[in-house]
Amino acid sequence: MTQRLIVVIASLLFTLSAFAIDTGKAFDDPEMQARYERLIAETRCVTCQNQSIKDSNAFIAADLRREIQRLMSEGKSDEEVAEFLVTRYGDFVLYRPRMTGKTMLLWIAPFAFILFAIFAFIRVLRHRMALTMDDEAADGGAAQ
Amino acid sequence: MNKYLIPLIAVVVLIPILILGLQSDPRELPSQYIGKPAPEFDLPTLKDPQKRVSTADLRGQVSLVNIWATWCAGCRAEHNFLMQLHREQVIPIYAINWRDNRPGALDWLAQLGDPYVASGFDEEGRVGIDWGVYGAPETFLVNAEGHVLFRYPGPLNRTVWDQEFAPRILELKQ
Repeated sequence: MTQRLIVVIASLLFTLSAFAIDTGKAFDDPEMQARYERLIAETRCVTCQNQSIKDSNAFIAADLRREIQRLMSEGKSDEEVAEFLVTRYGDFVLYRPRMTGKTMLLWIAPFAFILFAIFAFIRVLRHRMALTMDDEAADGGAAQ
Repeated sequence: MNKYLIPLIAVVVLIPILILGLQSDPRELPSQYIGKPAPEFDLPTLKDPQKRVSTADLRGQVSLVNIWATWCAGCRAEHNFLMQLHREQVIPIYAINWRDNRPGALDWLAQLGDPYVASGFDEEGRVGIDWGVYGAPETFLVNAEGHVLFRYPGPLNRTVWDQEFAPRILELKQ
């Protein structure tokens, strides 16, 4: 009885792997397949916005995977595939948005924040050092 | 006093930005075609696979392009309102029947009424992707030159119509 139960539980655990989204490969060529998988992992699913189209089984995701596969088999480059997606859905659809006027802020802001933090840190440090030196000077003066 | 000036300015600048951020719906994706020519399509009609409906049919009139499917609950919700627009002859409505099955879609129109001048049958969903559709229903307002003026994602009703569509159409007629 317990053995049977274990078998049932174990088989239930292993069925999870059957939920993988695309079972078949898109390309026979391993290099193309790797490119394809990278592209679909970098494309946002538009109906399920926190998933890539690689991870989503929404049918728009399936349609977009099919379109990317079609464009790639037509010999289109990564940039052309990105262009195809951006014309239709905007920069938002790419997890790594391209550098354009509109997306410039996204790229620059983190570096600007870091620079600002370093600047603020140095200022605070200098201020503190000046304070301690004043204290030392004051201590020295008191000792004399 | 001077000590608090910079943080104060930072807070005063940040608060409106954050309030704006809270009000915008992150699920809403703006259409990339506003003010641009409507994406080309040429599809067999739902009713007669021999006939075709295309972007050329949209020229010369202000029209709606409605994306619908029988699997879409919002489409059923807006259907009565589309019928109303059709009966009152407010505006010609074209449709893209998106990723649907023909018998089911024909059945739907037979039962609920057909508000459309023509429905293009987009079985594979290619035209839907070309139009940047991310969920049905979606409704596009297209001007006489075939440019997209506005896109509304979600079911239409009287309130949405009066707020979003009617003023834009009125502006075109003036």
